Amino acid sequence: MNLISIRDIDIKDIEGILDHAEKIDNGDSKVDLGGKILATMFFEPSTRTKLSFQSAAMRCGMEVLDFSPGTSSLKKGESFADTLKTVEGYADALAIRHPKEGAVRLASSVVKKPVVNGGDGGNQHPTQTLIDLFSIKRTKGRIKDLNITLLGDLKHARTMRSLVYGLGMFGANVTLVSPRGLEMDKKYLEEVNKKFGLSVKVENKPDYSDADVLYVCRIQAERFADPYEAQSVQEKFRVKKVDLKDAKEDLVILHPLPKINEIEDSIDEMPQAKYFEQAHYGIPLRQAVLDYILR
Amino acid sequence: MLKVDTIEMGTVVDHIKAGKGNKVLEILNIGEDYPHRVALMMHVPSKQGGTKDIVKIEGKIVDKNAANIIALISPGSTINIIKGEKVEDKFKVDLPAELDNAGKCPNPNCITNSENANNRFRKESESYRCYYCERLFRADELV
Repeated sequence: MNLISIRDIDIKDIEGILDHAEKIDNGDSKVDLGGKILATMFFEPSTRTKLSFQSAAMRCGMEVLDFSPGTSSLKKGESFADTLKTVEGYADALAIRHPKEGAVRLASSVVKKPVVNGGDGGNQHPTQTLIDLFSIKRTKGRIKDLNITLLGDLKHARTMRSLVYGLGMFGANVTLVSPRGLEMDKKYLEEVNKKFGLSVKVENKPDYSDADVLYVCRIQAERFADPYEAQSVQEKFRVKKVDLKDAKEDLVILHPLPKINEIEDSIDEMPQAKYFEQAHYGIPLRQAVLDYILR
Repeated sequence: MLKVDTIEMGTVVDHIKAGKGNKVLEILNIGEDYPHRVALMMHVPSKQGGTKDIVKIEGKIVDKNAANIIALISPGSTINIIKGEKVEDKFKVDLPAELDNAGKCPNPNCITNSENANNRFRKESESYRCYYCERLFRADELV
């Protein structure tokens, strides 16, 4: 079994993974994959995804092989496919991140061992989507009918696109808030609407007074030609403590991390800030995913 | 009235969207080195109204795979396979439900443009989704 894209799995399987992750997190389930080996192959930088895959594997009793592209035979010109065929012989499953879109899908057609996508360019990052759904369910008790506001650069963030798909599956009410020009692709929203009947509100002004969950992502300065405009847009969309006065008391704030300056530091200490918990949920969730792909 | 000789063996692609005849020749790899007779007629009045392009190629039989690619830029074109100066087979090209080992993903960051991978696309409404990068494209973008 592979996990390449959120498009490949149905809601029943997602619910199964989320329920299992919850049991693992509560100490009611222990995944035993002892004797198996996970190869982590990250062709671009990562902190949370790589380390949490490795930690999750170790907690399941697995051994971990870490592949470093910078010191591998890729430097001698070995192809991606040949590298995969080699590593396949050393491990029972492969967790792969690659800057090219579709690289992990290609990997899954080259090797016979289970493959899980740790992010392929701007395309998919399915385990992050599952962590996001798990974080919402864990902190709010459900996903259906919640008002969920996604704020930031919604044009370029793969995390946000996949999350909208997942939220559509679960029947949440979604509001998208982004600067002009950084809105989520309309064709993509049409696809999610057609599949799940999700209709979204699109705003260009930060407003999260109705939100049960505020999910923030970065607005990168390099997306703007004018550095002054970048700075003023980043400032306008920064989540500040003072803005939370009008928000619901039980608002939950999430962020895929790394966060740079899009959330005021003082918010980190507030009970609404759940983004570090969200990062920690990566462990039970990825344990449940490893069990799912190796079952 | 333009008059073009009949061909003994080859293919006539008719009802090509006006202005796309050159592109059809490109799809069929008909270049300056092609050793047989080729006729390209552009902006010819069509009985169905408007104008169309027609190509006549001697010595080449267009296969299903090439027909699928022609469909991407000019759905509704007709392929006439000529043998012994007679039309042996005639079919209309339609947008295929799937493309396997055909077309090219226009996304420069798609893995198919840097690694050896068969291009694969699936039709969704009037667009095609790349099997690898999962992006949607217009049919004519894949050529």
